[in-house]
This record gives sequence, C-alpha cells and structure tokens, in this order.
Amino acid sequence: MTEISLNILDVAENSIRAEASLVEISVEVDVDTNRMIIVIKDDGCGMSPEQTSRVEDPFFTTRTTRKVGLGIPFFKMAALGTGGDFSITSRVNEGTLVQAEFVLDHIDRMPLGDISGTIYTLIHFHPDTDFCYRYRYNDREFVLDTRQMREILGGIPLDTPEVAEYIREYLTENKADVDGGAII
Amino acid sequence: MKSLEELRAIREKMQGKVGMRSEDSGQIRVIVGMATCGIASGARPVLNVLSDEVQKRGLSNVIVTQTGCIGLCQYEPIVEVLEPGKEKVTYVKMNVDKALEVLEQHLVRGHVLGKYTLNETSL
Repeated sequence: MTEISLNILDVAENSIRAEASLVEISVEVDVDTNRMIIVIKDDGCGMSPEQTSRVEDPFFTTRTTRKVGLGIPFFKMAALGTGGDFSITSRVNEGTLVQAEFVLDHIDRMPLGDISGTIYTLIHFHPDTDFCYRYRYNDREFVLDTRQMREILGGIPLDTPEVAEYIREYLTENKADVDGGAII
Repeated sequence: MKSLEELRAIREKMQGKVGMRSEDSGQIRVIVGMATCGIASGARPVLNVLSDEVQKRGLSNVIVTQTGCIGLCQYEPIVEVLEPGKEKVTYVKMNVDKALEVLEQHLVRGHVLGKYTLNETSL
C-alpha cells in the first residue's frame, strides 16, 4: 500500500463484508502530540477470540480465492513501523474495532493520501451501508454522517449523480477548511 | 464549510425525478476487484474513473460495481466486463488511462480491447 487512506479503504471493505450496517471511520491528526490516530469501527458479525488473534497473521484468511490475507498485516506494519501502535478487538455479533496510531513526523510514515477519495468510494459503492466519518486536524473537525444525509434526502439514493457530486465536494471542501490544505 | 442545507436544495430539485434504474436485458456490468490486492495496485482510481465517466456520458446501460478478490492478484487491477449473451472479458493490469480506453472502445463502441485482456497477456 502506498497511502494510509488505501489501508483504511481495505479494512473498511472487511467491515462491509462482515455485513455491518454502520461503519464509523475517524481520522485524527494532532501536530502537538505528533500523532495520527485512525479508528475503524463496525457493527458487523465480528470475530471469535481465536479468529481475532489470527487476523494479524498474513497466512490466515477466510477466503478461498487465495491463501494469504494481507489487509490487517499491512495496516499494522505501517503503524508499528513509525513507532506507533495497533490494536484490533472484536466480539461475535457485535462488531470489530481497529485502531492504528502513527507517529506523524516519522520518516517511514506513509502519506495519508486521498482520504476523501476513500470515503467517497465507500459511500458510493455501498449505498446500503451507513458511514459516519470524522476528520479532525488539531482542534478543528468535520463529520459526514450518511444517516443524517438519508434523513434529509428522503428516498433519494446516495449514489444518484447529483448527490454523489455533493458528497465529493462536501468531503474535499470541508477537509480543506479543517486542515487548511496541510500536506499530511 | 459546506453545509447540509445544500443537500436539502438537491432534494427539492430532485423530488419526483428519481426513477428506478431500469434493469433491462442489455445491461453491461463492469466489475472492479477491490480486495487488498486490487486496492494496493491501484484499483480505487480505476473504479472511480469508470463510474464517473459512465455517469458523465450518461451510459445508462452500464453499471459499474466492485467485488472482492478475483483470485488473480498478480494481474490487478482487474476489470471484468459482463455482457448478456457474450463471454466475460477480463482486463488486467489496468490503470486510469487504460480504463478510459476500455470505456471508449469496449463499453461505448463494442470492440473488445484485445491488448489488455487476460487471454492476450503472456501469463
């Protein structure tokens, strides 16, 4: 992976495959504490303690199309490689919580990349799943909650062209307002 | 900050205009692999450019969707084109430019772009 936002997309896809109805994604950048904290939380089918302990192992996967599962190992490696932290906790029928902490100014920290593109892709191609995305830079933040958008839209689907365009602009404009265009 | 007020305006404008997408038999399905292998090799921009361009050109007979791992990780990003009554076409090692070429030649004009298909690529 070349961007942290691609790790986020990959891990959030797992939440959708776990039949989550709500996926919460939070990206927090704090220059003072020199940390970037990513949290991905879902209310999907969850995993047993045994499965949870094995997902960090690249040679564990539930799929049958190939023998390795690199999503979580990649994400963990990216975080730990900066001197950060990584954890995954899960409960069957309740959901899964993935947390990754990056040391912001570490030379090996990948760029966050196109995080707005990641969130847009998730919302657009999973119109039946709800997403609550929070982006924080120091003391400013914005939230995109598809439940709130659905309420306003009535029956109009989120992947209608006009709405999709609005969501794209909402993500990019608000991100720029929050971080002032900082390169992260 | 962009507000949710604009979304209300969109709803006012769209009310009553939204029809169900017709699932007619001539529907072409375009499927992009979006598992770890696909994402790591650049599937996100490929998926987004295809979907944007289909929308922009109003290709109402084309649906762009995503799937998980197709099982050919070394050839990602992979784009499959499924047309009723025709054999599935698998395009491999896609990028944004190649995807736009596939859209123009295959999805719009109906010519399979042999140089990017799995069958033509030396395995």
